[in-house]
Amino acid sequence: MFEFLDKFMPGVLESLIPRASEFAIQIDVLFDVITLLVGFWFVLVLGYFFYLVFRYRHREGRKAEYVTGETHKQKQAIEIPHFLILACDIAIIIPTFVVWYNVKIEVPPPDEEVRIVAQQWAWTFYHAGEDEILGTDDDIVSINELHVKENTQYTYHLESRDVMHSFSVPVFRLKQDAVPGRVITGHFKPILTGEWDIQCAEMCGVAHGIMGARIFIKSEEEHKVWLAANTPIDRGASLLAVTSEEEITESKENRNNG
Amino acid sequence: MAEVAPAEVGHGDAHDDHHEESFWSKYVFSTDHKIIGFQYMFTGMAMALIGGYFAYVFRMQLAFPGSSIPFWGTLSPAAYNSLVTNHGTIMIFWVAMPVLIAAMGNFCIPLMIGCDDMVFPRINRLSYQIFLLSAIILIVSFFVPGGGFGGAWTSYPPLSAKAEYNSTPFGAPLWLIAVTLEIVAFLLGGINFITTTMNARAKGMKIYDIPMLVWMIVIASILFMCSVGPLVAGAVMLLFDQTLGTSFFDAAAGGDPVLWQHLFWFFGHPEVYVVLLPAMGIVAEVVCVFARKKLFAYKLILFSSIGLGILSFFVWAHHQFISGVDPRATYLFTTTTLLISIPVAIMLFAFIATLYGGSIRFSTAMLFALAFIAEFLLGGVTGIWLGSSGVDIYLHDTYFVLAHFHYTFVPIAIIAVFAAVYHWFPKMFGRMMNETWGKIHFWGTVISFNGIFIPLFILGSAGQHRRIYNFQNFPDLAGQNMQDMRVFATMCLVLMLAFQVIFIVNFIVSLKRGEKAGRNPWNATTLEWITESPPPHGNFGLTMPEVYRGPYEYSVEGREKDYWPQNEKPEPEKI
Amino acid sequence: MVHQIIATGRSRTGIPTGRLAVWWVIGSEILIFGGLIATYLLNRFNHGPSWSVEAANTNTFIGACNTFWLLTSSLFVVYAHAASERRDAAKTRMWIWLTILLGGFFMGFKTYEYATEIHHGFTLFTSNFWSFYYTATGLHGFHVLCGMVILAIIAEGDIKKGRNWHRVENIGLYWHFVDIVWIFLFPLMYIAK
Repeated sequence: MFEFLDKFMPGVLESLIPRASEFAIQIDVLFDVITLLVGFWFVLVLGYFFYLVFRYRHREGRKAEYVTGETHKQKQAIEIPHFLILACDIAIIIPTFVVWYNVKIEVPPPDEEVRIVAQQWAWTFYHAGEDEILGTDDDIVSINELHVKENTQYTYHLESRDVMHSFSVPVFRLKQDAVPGRVITGHFKPILTGEWDIQCAEMCGVAHGIMGARIFIKSEEEHKVWLAANTPIDRGASLLAVTSEEEITESKENRNNG
Repeated sequence: MAEVAPAEVGHGDAHDDHHEESFWSKYVFSTDHKIIGFQYMFTGMAMALIGGYFAYVFRMQLAFPGSSIPFWGTLSPAAYNSLVTNHGTIMIFWVAMPVLIAAMGNFCIPLMIGCDDMVFPRINRLSYQIFLLSAIILIVSFFVPGGGFGGAWTSYPPLSAKAEYNSTPFGAPLWLIAVTLEIVAFLLGGINFITTTMNARAKGMKIYDIPMLVWMIVIASILFMCSVGPLVAGAVMLLFDQTLGTSFFDAAAGGDPVLWQHLFWFFGHPEVYVVLLPAMGIVAEVVCVFARKKLFAYKLILFSSIGLGILSFFVWAHHQFISGVDPRATYLFTTTTLLISIPVAIMLFAFIATLYGGSIRFSTAMLFALAFIAEFLLGGVTGIWLGSSGVDIYLHDTYFVLAHFHYTFVPIAIIAVFAAVYHWFPKMFGRMMNETWGKIHFWGTVISFNGIFIPLFILGSAGQHRRIYNFQNFPDLAGQNMQDMRVFATMCLVLMLAFQVIFIVNFIVSLKRGEKAGRNPWNATTLEWITESPPPHGNFGLTMPEVYRGPYEYSVEGREKDYWPQNEKPEPEKI
Repeated sequence: MVHQIIATGRSRTGIPTGRLAVWWVIGSEILIFGGLIATYLLNRFNHGPSWSVEAANTNTFIGACNTFWLLTSSLFVVYAHAASERRDAAKTRMWIWLTILLGGFFMGFKTYEYATEIHHGFTLFTSNFWSFYYTATGLHGFHVLCGMVILAIIAEGDIKKGRNWHRVENIGLYWHFVDIVWIFLFPLMYIAK
């Protein structure tokens, strides 16, 4: 449905930022639907407003009319637009519910999972290794780099170690706050290869403004190459046994903020 | 048992047996509602200068990251956060609230309803003193070790709750204490607005004869009282977390950090309408006077604003769509959020309909009032994108949000306030403001305002988030065309601030050398215009006014003059 | 010398202005306590069993005594109001002072209760239940104390001099409100276990 609608839409967001996830098109189309409905009303009302201001400007010898706005007929001047607005509201609410359900409520069965841990001021990503299962020996941990492969349904588990953060991937149209003490689950499916920004979208302290990360979306083959290059050599239980606290501090020192 | 009412005789000069008052008792410790209104207004304007200066500093940082900023120096990330946080806090709590509610309420309510003062003048003075104390505490908090609080004006715990997270061990509690005191000041002020309007109206003034501005301030005060209580409780809990080490909002110790967000936004959203309604009231007054028209559908506007107030308590979670609350709750909050567009639209439509058939005089006050309608319309409609939870996933916490709420708050707290100042200046100080300079100020302010925020809508749609110290750290946002837009917005901000110098000079020069205003320079109908300008102590001299009709009887058919003051006795044959 | 303000003497609604103001204050306070109690309840529902264990350590007997003192004092303040309507200064002052006395009993029992609890190791920081317990009852105790001070000022400053009789009714409203807050706190903090 959204693909069909997209053909008739101005594509405001797509012109500014690429769509790299499967549900991005739904949010873009919803944005455009609202743009059309609201834009129509905005231009109409503003145009009428300027017309009135011009038409009824003060001229010598012409007295203003006495209109109370209390009679039924006069009130219709407000009541009719008000019902039209209500209709537009409903026209917006229905697709909103559909999009919200698809993006935030229903989590499709994942091909792969990724664990995301936010802290002041870095992102730690736990990728499933070659076995495509999270929480096993070959998990790959990286700081401020998320590596995913194209056309794969992901489920993410988002946590925070200290304060509120927000995991935002603009090209995915994805955003979710990380709340300390909770694990929040969501999903995405990358559809475009490339390299883009991840931002923290919730004020999280002094270095909030530089708490960025990069997302690398690769094709299946390239992702395999990356996996092979980064799989921990010892494959021992050491990785998960140590809560990786020390490891993070180490890597933080080495990390490249660019 | 009711007390015996004193005779309704004003205390004009004949009764004035008091001696020449000293500066302190006349301007600092006065209980006169007009003086208290001025105190609020000038404090608010001074705070607006601080807030504007902060905006200048962080906009310069965004346009020219890392360079030395004139009148500041190099900006550190901690200072950037602190500036952003306190810009928001100051503009909401120490500019919009005092100027729109307290200054307008104190100055206008007793004059508009025809009585000599607020019913509790000393509570009124206490309210201002607490407010002033809160402003001083806030300013002090910028200079304590660790610097001012930098955890955003929403102050979400755990960041705000622990010094180890926010690195401002003194700034954060001082900020919270200042905000809480400010809230207490307005709860005290609210006592007067409500009781004065309910009980101290002039003889003959029925409830539909009350000017819209008074109604709006009363409704706003009630809204404020109903919404702020839980936040006060929350602020006490957060203060205990900060200073004593309890763990109300600490997840690790069994607390709930999201709880604060609910308490904050349960206040925070009605707060928008708390400042919006007085601005709407100002616009209603100004539009009627200068369009020479009766306000279109007075009762409909009134009931819409009450409906708006009630509905505003059911929308707060639209600030938290992606903050980890139950995702199913958004169905409810999306619906209420989009429905709230209806009462706001009704009010704006009514103002536009008031223009129909009018005879519009483009004084500076009227230009600002018209600009409010047009600009607020854009601010209002952009809320629909954000209220739609699906789009909000993408737009939440981007510059789109920032541009949206500046398109609501700048019309409210800047444009409507300028309309009010240009409109009531003759009444306040007895002299006219210079209209030519006023119009230059108007066009400069409004055009540069749009120049600031339209680029920010585009940047927000392109995925630029708020409260980011330096966008050059994000490769996707570091492009030259995006940086150009930031520079353009900053230039417009500098321009807008520069145009305020014209206003300040015009204000001061008019105060001294402006044309004498006379009692009723605009030929308006409401009661404040029947007394001298400026009104004497006791407002109406020896006879208190009586009211015979509604507040907006302009251009009544069959009358020679195009205005019919509320207090004018009807001719005998019409009775 | 402050002018007699005309506005203060007017009463378009027929309700005395002072009483309106007290209702406004009570309205604000209801929302403050309401917010506190609502957050307490939310927490309690989320952490049911562990909080019940904590709540078992509160002293229901002292809580019940305090409920009794406050309810009785509310009765006395009604008598004070009735006496003030008859402009009977001696009786009004007597009932006001009896109200203050019962408020004093309340505060005394409260102090003893806090002391024993702290002695047994239940402080503000023991757990979130105790944080809520001390915050809510402490805030309420502060209101009782304020009420007592205002009552004393009215008895000695106004009634003794035979003026401002309406203030007895206004402080009575406030005192009832403080009482009602306790009626909510008592079952939530002491009985529900």
